Order: sequence, then structure tokens, then C-alpha cells
Amino acid sequence: MSGGGEEEKDIKLDLISEDRMASMTSMEKIRFILDGVKLGNIVVLEGGLTPEEQMKLIEMTMSEIDEDFAGIEIGSYPVKRGFLGLRRRTRLTIVGPANMMKTIKKDKDLIRAIISRV
Amino acid sequence: MGLRKGLLLLLRRILRRRNTKIGIYGAPNAGKTTLANRIIHDFLDNTEDIGVVSEIPHETRRAFRKEGILITAKGAKLRVDIVDTPGLATKIDFHDFLAYGLSEEEAKKRAKEATEGVIEAIKWLDDLDGVLLVMDATEDPYTQANIVIIGNLEARGIPFIIVANKVDLKNAAPARIKNAFPQHVVVPVSALKGDNMEKLYEEMARRFR
Repeated sequence: MSGGGEEEKDIKLDLISEDRMASMTSMEKIRFILDGVKLGNIVVLEGGLTPEEQMKLIEMTMSEIDEDFAGIEIGSYPVKRGFLGLRRRTRLTIVGPANMMKTIKKDKDLIRAIISRV
Repeated sequence: MGLRKGLLLLLRRILRRRNTKIGIYGAPNAGKTTLANRIIHDFLDNTEDIGVVSEIPHETRRAFRKEGILITAKGAKLRVDIVDTPGLATKIDFHDFLAYGLSEEEAKKRAKEATEGVIEAIKWLDDLDGVLLVMDATEDPYTQANIVIIGNLEARGIPFIIVANKVDLKNAAPARIKNAFPQHVVVPVSALKGDNMEKLYEEMARRFR
């Protein structure tokens, strides 16, 4: 970018591989996501979060909301279930600051979002 | 139903020695408190409300429990405690409340209480035997809040019914909810008008006993 004004328009994406997430505990994942989102980044997780991790993320988000941080927008595909419903496979999850990201369409295999710099 | 979920459900029923605790969950303004009030009016006291209904989001910012409601439907009986929970949200911006005429101080206070309410709603999931997941039938049901709630109920083996609320409104489309969650029971109602509540009570007696 040529100048400071241009840099302010940049939006940073963190694209996290499934292997990277596999080495983290649930709390480490949530802390990692929230830290990134509070910096104004969009975090995309290849392997996704489980429903329990997403609920924990919402809970921690609520405890950190203040006048400067209004919360998150989150989108993910529902988990897929294996034989007898015993094995669950999470899929992609995208998380961003609520004031920057807005999900406009969503179904079980598609997430369409608008991302804009505040 | 998965094997794990079935075992969890069976264990939960064997260990239960008290009223069935039913939580009412959903996004803000889905009509949770209206539904809770309707159940209380139908079976307990026609003049009593569990909470105040308002067009301002996050009117319910604390969970409220009403104990010992005997629900009867077609000969079946179910004694329940109803827990009306604050709406589940991923974002709460105090600026949104200013549009409803609140002062900045009131809006900030409401936002703070609303965040605490969401946490309280999440914590209540540990103590419930069943859930009524309320969705506004005039809105797109495929929201992340609904997906997260359903995913957590499935993981915990908590039985639930999706209540497609506000079917009295002209633009209500309960079929959209059925299409979005075809594997789950969906009962269309108007909690405000009392439409189709009998069907919901039958389903509750069947699934939560």
C-alpha cells in the first residue's frame, strides 16, 4: 500500500489450517479467535469449531463486550455425523467483528458474507 | 436418533425425580416470553405473567423459572418447571437500543445486562430436561444462533421441539423452518393468539415425559 490512508482500508484474514487447530485445546482456539477478531481480523478455520466450542466462544464474547467491542458475527456449516451418529465432523467456521462482518445468506453448504472496514 | 443420544436420553429419564425442567430458548424477539406467558395462562393463572413482552430486543435479561405447571393434553399429564431464558446473541451493541428512545446511559446498562443474560441462558443448559426452541416464522430460521443451540442440544442429548412462532402474521412461513431442520419436530403456533397450542402441549407430553 502506498500510504497510511490505504492501509486503514485493508482487511486482514487469518486462514487457519485444520492441522494448526488440531494442536490446540478448545480454550486455546477460542482465545486465539477472540484475540484476532478484537484486532479487527476475519478468522477462517478450515476444520471449524464444534457446537460446544461455538457456545463457549459466544459465552466468552459476551464477557468481553464493551463500548469498543460489540461482539462477533459467526458462520459455520452444521456438523456432519458418521455411522450411528457416533462420530461428528466439524466443517469450516468464519468469525469476524460484528461491526465489520454481516452474513447475508446461509444454508447448510453456503455462507455468503459482506466484510467491510468500519 | 444416534446411539449416544439415545443412551443419554434414557439415563436422563431414569435419574429424574422431580418436575421436568423445560427451557425456552431462541434469538431475541422470537417470542419466548410470550410463549412462557401463554403456557402459564393456559395451565396456572390467567392473570400472571412470567415476564414483560416488549418490541425492544433483550427485554428478558435474566432467566425466570415458574415451577409446578401441570400440562394436560389428550389425557397425558406432564408436570413442568418453565424456564424463560434471555435471547441468545453473538453481538450486543448499545447503539442499537438508542433507536428505541433509550438514553445512552440506559442503553449501555441494558447492553451490559443483556450480555450477562446470554451467559446465564447458556449456563442453564446444564440443568434442563427439555427445550422449546422458539423461532420467528417470519424470519430466516437458518441463523447461527439456532444452529449452535441445536448442535449443543444434540450433543447433550436434551430432547427439544422447534416452535415456529408468530404464524398469525401474514408473512409467516413455518414451512421454511421445517425445510431448514427436516430431522427435527416443528410445531407452528401463535403464542400471542393461542393458535395450535394444543398440538404443542401434546408434543411436549410425548417428548418430555
